[in-house]
Amino acid sequence: MLKVINIKVNGIDREVAVQEQESLLETLRNRLGLTSVKKGCEVGECGACTVLLNGKAIDSCIYLSLWADGQSVVTVEGLKSENGELNYIQKAFIKEAAVQCGFCTPGLILTAVEIIGDDRIYSREELRKLISGHLCRCTGYENILNAIEKAKGSKING
Amino acid sequence: MYDFESFYKVETVDEAIEALEKQDEAIVISGGSDVLVKIREGKLAGCSLISIHNIPELKGIRLLEDGTISIGAAQTFYEVTNNELVRRYIPILGNAVDQAGGPQLRKVGTIGGNICNGATSADSASTLFILNAQLVLKSKKGVHTIPINEFYLGPGKTIREHNELLTEIRIPRKDYEQFYGHYIKYGKRKAMEIATLGCACGVRLSPDKRKVEEVRLSYGVAAPTPIRCGSIEAWACGKELKKDFVELFGKKALEEVNPRSSWRASKEFRLQLVEELAKRALIQAVTYAGGEIDA
Repeated sequence: MLKVINIKVNGIDREVAVQEQESLLETLRNRLGLTSVKKGCEVGECGACTVLLNGKAIDSCIYLSLWADGQSVVTVEGLKSENGELNYIQKAFIKEAAVQCGFCTPGLILTAVEIIGDDRIYSREELRKLISGHLCRCTGYENILNAIEKAKGSKING
Repeated sequence: MYDFESFYKVETVDEAIEALEKQDEAIVISGGSDVLVKIREGKLAGCSLISIHNIPELKGIRLLEDGTISIGAAQTFYEVTNNELVRRYIPILGNAVDQAGGPQLRKVGTIGGNICNGATSADSASTLFILNAQLVLKSKKGVHTIPINEFYLGPGKTIREHNELLTEIRIPRKDYEQFYGHYIKYGKRKAMEIATLGCACGVRLSPDKRKVEEVRLSYGVAAPTPIRCGSIEAWACGKELKKDFVELFGKKALEEVNPRSSWRASKEFRLQLVEELAKRALIQAVTYAGGEIDA
């Protein structure tokens, strides 16, 4: 049975009819066409499906769409500016070669958005822990950490 | 799509209790990080769900008038770790739940769910054991409170009746005041891991910081349920902070556990962890309490 939910997706209010059994991942990909949200393990281990729910990174594969009713969701599609330019965090990922196959990238960028968005300063070790909910099989994580540190630095230094 | 038969979303605790009375087989789902994964794996496929997700009544951490800290069952791990009261009065709990799963999971997984699923490996359990946590269960008959060490009956089994809902976890002032503890999770990886063994140890030292006035020790995965180590606690009372004491503490811990071999680790390895982690957690707890071994 379909149920109607209202979610703010990337700043736009959307009314979507969803199945009770549907995960937020499926709604975003299949009903709203937001394919930056990747379907990986589907049990909350790999982090490929990470989205920001009210500004906090969660695994959309183990979150029911019905629970997202009335809440705000951000995916990587929502990061670009009006003229289509990439966000500075995305640019930092490119600059630091933090992307190889790209499958983990949208999720990691959203976690990075959360990390960079708060005003705390983190050590490399703390950053490692903060991104530990993502699996990347290409980069060895070092360039990802470099990119996050760089973007964090550029935000602090203006 | 998840394979479940029905989904009933409630907005209040009373509605949840009402729904549990009517649906004999229904499963309570809160954060979903455990139940949804079990549905995906097929273990709970075809089940009926009662969703208590984000019920405001089950949220919040409060300091009650008598100094008791009350934690709403639906507080996420993330919310527990970042709460001011937790950081100030029971930092051991914040640190323990900050080791469950990974960062994304900790923003949805709840402390109440962690307890109610009955797993011996629950990262919050051993710490709640040494904090003498009281669990508040509500049903149509009313509210009753039980100590956490009476809650677990076996793997995946708790004393919670089908028609009861865990609403609150309470930690009385006398159990956290001047009490310093440390939780160590041993896993093969630092994140996204279920504990091979978990050990929580807490101490209250004498005013001169030379003797132990009280020790509490608890384990996860050292038995079919989380356990408290009563005999060693009685033995340790009043002991001086000497190296021999620490060594014996580790040895004596072995007498109170009953781990098994699983694909994660052998019984022998778990026994080694029981001894070693007891010592390490004790030393760290003593340090937090301002004491020193062999000072």
